[in-house]
Amino acid sequence: MKYAYYPGCSQETTSAEYNRSAVEVCRALEIELVEIPDWNCCGASSCHAVDDRLAHALVGRNLAIAEKEGTDLAVVCPACFLRLRKTRKEFRDDAALREKLPGLIDMPYSARYEVRHLLDILANTVGFEKVAEKVKKPLAGLKVVAYYGCYLVRPPEVTGIDDPENPQIMDTLLKALGADALDWRGKVECCGGSLLLTRRDIEGRLVAGICEAAREVGAEAIVTACGLCQHNLETGQPGENPLPVFYFTELMGLAYGLDARPWLRRHLVNPASLLKKHGFN
Amino acid sequence: MIPAESAVKEADGLAFGRRVREDSGVDFNRCYQCLTCTLSCPVSFAMDYQPNQLMRMIQTGAAAEVLRSRTIWVCASCETCAARCPQGIDIPRVMDTLRQIALREKIAGREAAIPAFHLTFLKSIRRWGREYELGMVIGLKIKTRDFFNDIGLGIRMLMKGKMGLLPHRIKGAGEIQAIFRKSREVGED
Repeated sequence: MKYAYYPGCSQETTSAEYNRSAVEVCRALEIELVEIPDWNCCGASSCHAVDDRLAHALVGRNLAIAEKEGTDLAVVCPACFLRLRKTRKEFRDDAALREKLPGLIDMPYSARYEVRHLLDILANTVGFEKVAEKVKKPLAGLKVVAYYGCYLVRPPEVTGIDDPENPQIMDTLLKALGADALDWRGKVECCGGSLLLTRRDIEGRLVAGICEAAREVGAEAIVTACGLCQHNLETGQPGENPLPVFYFTELMGLAYGLDARPWLRRHLVNPASLLKKHGFN
Repeated sequence: MIPAESAVKEADGLAFGRRVREDSGVDFNRCYQCLTCTLSCPVSFAMDYQPNQLMRMIQTGAAAEVLRSRTIWVCASCETCAARCPQGIDIPRVMDTLRQIALREKIAGREAAIPAFHLTFLKSIRRWGREYELGMVIGLKIKTRDFFNDIGLGIRMLMKGKMGLLPHRIKGAGEIQAIFRKSREVGED
């Protein structure tokens, strides 16, 4: 199985461990992620607030490059996922955009291939049974909450990978790895996103609410699919003993017996003692 | 095309409403004040006007007050309101349109740091083709004159390799600059 792959800027720096763990667990599942050449920033959380045409063009260039791979495009960052998917949808729905986009990016684009989040590929193409077959060290007894945040599930008519109010896709994956995925009230709350850099007061209050909801049900860790969420949750937690925040791909790697140390040592909240308690060194 | 300066005059409230309607493609007149948006909004506590109030203000043409509000910038674009609106109003899309108008008209609103962040972010893309966090953070700190907040976190991030010291310039940086030129002159001060 082969996909064109768009890592996105954060996966090169702040959340490089997400990128690396994603590529490695995919390899274990015989999924080849082919990074598309010379991709650019999708504009993420800023461009749509400034200029529509530029937002379409920055995303369009990546879509057009990816199309040359001749496969669907796999994405891990939910913000990139939404931007790429939304632009493709608008390109298909809007004749005026179809007319002008190729000129803006100086490349042909046909919107032939889908944009898919890795969770969707694991659930609906690979299948969680096969994901579970590769488990060597089940995450038995590890109490976690699956945190979806915004753009995996909203807007539902664009992202469409699960129920927008009570998604289950990541919970089901974590259960397949043997973990105890707890039901909780914080799964689709917003972490404040890029307000981190401008209004920490707002972002901090949102993060505190999410962490309180996680602790309320006895979670030992939070699991996310987003680099910015992971960073906000790690750095904005109030109190003495912050909960570790994992990428779902890192927990897959641990359960598959891959060497997770290079990923986990990059975390700002050290998960070592929690993992030791559950027999992972 | 409605003249730019008229968009912010209270007297031209109808013209403002038309412009928001045309630019966004969203029919905000469908709002009947059920408050689902406001009750769902995670950042409503930090807004000067609640989302439902803002919809009403656009309907009545309170252009200057809308464009100067904190609300249009503080909105986290989390999409919760849109997912729940019983009238199917794409409120985040309206917020984007209002931000774009405010930037184009160079309206100094109550919230300065957030628009400064967006422009700094785009400048980074224009220059390198990708996000350059350290350059962006420094640029933002100069713009907002906030030099000492978060220095400890910044250092920890550098030590962990979570923030690159140097930018990565993509090969197609020239293509990106052409895209900026062709799209619109934005990301410039």
